[in-house]
Amino acid sequence: MRANVPAYELRSPAGLTEALSWKAQEPGAWQPFAGGTDLMVLLEAGKLAHRRFLNIWKLTELHGIAVAPEQITLGALTTYTEIQRHPVLAAEFPLLCRAAVETGSVATQNRGTLGGNIANASPAADSPPALLVYDAQIELVSAAGPRWVPYNGFHTGYKKMLMRPDELIANIRLPRTMRGWRQHYRKVGARKAQAISKICMAAAAQMENGVVREVRLAFGSVAPTVVRAASAEGTLRGGRLTPAGIAAAREALARDITPIDDLRSTARYRLSVAQNVLEEFLRTLAS
Amino acid sequence: MADDVVKIEIACTVNGESRRFRAWPMERLLDVLRRELKLTGTKEGCGEGECGACAVLLDGALVNSCLVPVAQAAGCEILTIEGLARGEQLSAIQEAFVECGGAQCGICTPGMVMAAAALLERERQPGERQIRAGLSGNLCRCTGYTKIFEAVVRACQATGVRR
Amino acid sequence: MDSAEHKYLGHSVLRKEGRDKVTGRARYVDDLDFPGALHGVTVRSDIPRGRIRKIEFGAGIPWNEFIVVTAADIPGANYVALFERDQPFLASDGVNHSEEAIVLLAHPDPYLLEEARRAVRIEYEPLPAIFTLDESLAGKEIIWGKDNVFKSYHLEKGDVEAALARADLIVEGEYRTAAQEQLYIEPQGMVAIANPRDGVTVWGSLQCPYYVQRALVALFNLPAEKIRVVQAETGGGFGGKEEYPSMIAGHAALLAWKSGKPVKIIYDRAEDMAATTKRHPSRTRHRTAVTRDGKLLAMDIDFALDGGAYATLSSVVLSRGTIHAAGPYSCPNVRIHSKVVATNLPPQGAFRGFGAPQSVFSLERHFDRVAAAVGLAPEEFRRRNFIRTGETTATGQVIREAVDMPGLLDRALRESGYAAKRETFARENHGRALKKGIGLAAFFHGAGFTGSGEEYLASVVEAEGTPEGRVRILAASTEIGQGTNTIFSQIAADALGIPYDRIEIAQPDTAAVPNSGPTVASRTSMIVGKLVESAAIGIKQSLVAANLLAAGGVYTPEDFARACREYISAHGPLRARVQYHPPPGVKWDDKTYTGEAYCAYAWAVYVAEVTVDLATFETRVDDFVAVQEVGKVIHPVLAAGQIEGGVAQAIGFALYENVIWQQGRMANGQMTNYIMPTAADLPRIRVIFEETPSPHGPSGAKGIGELPLDGGAPAIVSAIENAAGIVLREIPVVPERLMEALEAKAGMRG
Repeated sequence: MRANVPAYELRSPAGLTEALSWKAQEPGAWQPFAGGTDLMVLLEAGKLAHRRFLNIWKLTELHGIAVAPEQITLGALTTYTEIQRHPVLAAEFPLLCRAAVETGSVATQNRGTLGGNIANASPAADSPPALLVYDAQIELVSAAGPRWVPYNGFHTGYKKMLMRPDELIANIRLPRTMRGWRQHYRKVGARKAQAISKICMAAAAQMENGVVREVRLAFGSVAPTVVRAASAEGTLRGGRLTPAGIAAAREALARDITPIDDLRSTARYRLSVAQNVLEEFLRTLAS
Repeated sequence: MADDVVKIEIACTVNGESRRFRAWPMERLLDVLRRELKLTGTKEGCGEGECGACAVLLDGALVNSCLVPVAQAAGCEILTIEGLARGEQLSAIQEAFVECGGAQCGICTPGMVMAAAALLERERQPGERQIRAGLSGNLCRCTGYTKIFEAVVRACQATGVRR
Repeated sequence: MDSAEHKYLGHSVLRKEGRDKVTGRARYVDDLDFPGALHGVTVRSDIPRGRIRKIEFGAGIPWNEFIVVTAADIPGANYVALFERDQPFLASDGVNHSEEAIVLLAHPDPYLLEEARRAVRIEYEPLPAIFTLDESLAGKEIIWGKDNVFKSYHLEKGDVEAALARADLIVEGEYRTAAQEQLYIEPQGMVAIANPRDGVTVWGSLQCPYYVQRALVALFNLPAEKIRVVQAETGGGFGGKEEYPSMIAGHAALLAWKSGKPVKIIYDRAEDMAATTKRHPSRTRHRTAVTRDGKLLAMDIDFALDGGAYATLSSVVLSRGTIHAAGPYSCPNVRIHSKVVATNLPPQGAFRGFGAPQSVFSLERHFDRVAAAVGLAPEEFRRRNFIRTGETTATGQVIREAVDMPGLLDRALRESGYAAKRETFARENHGRALKKGIGLAAFFHGAGFTGSGEEYLASVVEAEGTPEGRVRILAASTEIGQGTNTIFSQIAADALGIPYDRIEIAQPDTAAVPNSGPTVASRTSMIVGKLVESAAIGIKQSLVAANLLAAGGVYTPEDFARACREYISAHGPLRARVQYHPPPGVKWDDKTYTGEAYCAYAWAVYVAEVTVDLATFETRVDDFVAVQEVGKVIHPVLAAGQIEGGVAQAIGFALYENVIWQQGRMANGQMTNYIMPTAADLPRIRVIFEETPSPHGPSGAKGIGELPLDGGAPAIVSAIENAAGIVLREIPVVPERLMEALEAKAGMRG
């Protein structure tokens, strides 16, 4: 335990309005603290540079999952456990549910939140690739009011986000348009639970008579942010899943991602396995 | 430092008893349990939320207490390993661990037992895969998990005994 | 005493230690409360080698509130007493590895203490450092002694050169294993109270209280009576708490000595991983001569270990690895040349298996190559060469015990369904991305200290009867998860004919118990257990001799209690003391490394079944069958638990656990990046025991604690090779390594 704990502030606002007014008064001074599964690890390693935190864990406005005919809206403080247990998510958004099951373990899933995961902006996060495939929209709120932004493009670089210092993530909205899509999620980590991914893929495709009508491929841990594999999608869209088509998609993927060597794995491994996992998905579509 | 951080007063329920104490807001719940409340049954194995030795139930949910700042435990119900037995009457899981050899060195055991308790709260008769998933956040270096699985299965079979 | 009389031995009695562990009442070192205690931390080097120029205490810390200890404060000698005197408690002139201890700090506030640790700046003059076995053997830099060699052994049997010259076939191979972290879930910790008047007392997480005492004697220049070491409940050791606790005990005691207050040092996981010992990395080279029909003619083995910066236990690790290097096989000509060398890594140390997992891995992998070269199935090659009773090992030891390796092999193959699976997998693997494989390893593990080691240890156990008719066993053997207290109670209860509940095991405390030797080397059940049995019998004999108990008679616990009461009131304390004596005729030559290396061996064949995913290069162990002959199973649940846990560690050794060194420092020193298997990763491990009682252990028990670490990894790699059709010579087989090996093979095909 390497932190000087008495130097850290964790203040609990009475509600969302108060939280936003504090953030408006001192933009950037207060960072949100949700379930703590990322921030506390940094604290314990002596690497939590920021000192003043806003306890948002009990803010009711950020909890809850609202189901409407066209979309499902998850509060930013929705935990991975809540995601796994929601019947609409299980039925229509299996990639997100799989990601939630494969994140950490039961104890982390009870405290880890979707909003926290997005705000932590790790390129290795398990849920964000699913959010990219689902064309998620993020609601940001501030004292000045709310605004919706597409999640695709929200991360502009390693640990960077299109979010103002006075804003909080409030909701994540998923359009209910995935019926009939073939969906596939695969996370590759060092072990079957409690593993940061070496690569992770969320994929979905609409097939019609053996032709790829539409495809969305998202990857984690292979670039500074989670990414949609635009080139690979481009080679597949409108085509057939012949061996040549699959080979072309593999090759195109190499242009979409920039994996690195780090403590967990190597660039070469990540590239090969990302390509293999993509091929695995495409073969299931072809059969 | 702009403002000096002060200790805050926390009120919560621990193992059925009301407790009140002062602590730094970012102090780990684990440290408060062990140092302030002298409940040393909950252990630190890694300080990074990987090993589960610090697991407790917070409002009924299994959490790693090394990752919970005590400010967020205010007003909550906490159950630690010390709260599982009723006096000398062990819970079914605790009995099963003793009978089946689910504990060797015992350092992971409090967290493992809490994780098993949380699992059996949700699943009366979990299958092998569910047991593995439910315990995958608790690392044991001594047993290889085989006798821990046996203990959980044994606990499920116990009838008329409190989990 | 035959099995029919055993009420407790051979049965799974409820563990003495059980209830406390499941209720959180068991008190580990950090649970001990010492009012007014200071916390202690260690300031460590951040370079691998260099001279210390300056130590600066930065601004912003109220240093006058702190206790600061450096080498200059040491009352006695600044070395950790073990085999050599090379390792200091605190570096003074220079450092020889990253994370070497330099300054100790103590303060009541643990948070301020951490700030203070960061504020100590050390200036160095760096020196060239070496980080690998190869660099050290090549003499790239001489960092220890004249040639970096801590120790070497050379043993010869027969005439290897002549055999190589006339061999039909010679197969060569080189194999490597990496460092492995013990990863006990309870990090190291000690509490000390020390002052010149009373001496030193330490409580801690440890395996060997008398090792710690010996080290503190030299550190403080005090007689042993002034150094008291008490074992607290210990959350796993696996060898990692064999000798390292002396270091942390010395540190806590130095701070206590200077402050006049109790001092508690508890490592966090990051410090424990980076600074404490690990399994020695190894490189083994084999040259094996065989006849055309697969009979061993000669084995020429070169075995090298990386010991890190200081000698610690390297000479003994090398010893065990050397003796096990030729395995449970009959070979007329054997030459083993071994050495352990210095590098600027933190010193390596004991880890369950202690050199044998390294040499056995290499041998078993190599024997699959040899089998392939002569066109034999792996199991058939083993069958043709297993050692039999009456034959000699590599050290020339005649195996006197009844050994039936072919029988164990048959059992393992049958229980695992080996033959059918091999056939099915070969058929069904075609065209699949998930390939299945099954493989085996055959091995043995000697129990107790090598050669004259047990004689040198001269272990002592005492027993004491109380007026209430309870019997206390006093030994220094520690319970660290393996169930020492339970098995000693079983042994004593059966020897005395009284209930198990009437036996108490004294807490290992050097002020109260005699030195029964360290809790290592798979010796506790066999060697110390036998002494416990003798001591218990000694109590009974005293009562019989005093006519208070009928000789050979049956008596109730009340009779026994009355006898104790009357004995004590008439004669004083009711005590028995026994000391180890080596069995007659045991000859061992330390110079030629020949003779009776161990008085008993456990024998085993393990079979692993795996699935290899060729898309991700991950290996999953689907089934594991562990068959071993162990003399006598004292407690079936505890014994199976030892094998299951050991196999799990071996699976980690084979597949998951990878120490990543960067400039001689462990870069992945967190549980998130040093990967041990979770409950989701391991299969149910199937354990089968056979029993051929040995005369040396209580009811015939032999040692089993380390055995599983020898055979797990080679069995798994054998299975991966079967699944993927590839040869692997190095572990851990992390997916990245498997991918490279498969790509290299494909590349070779053109």
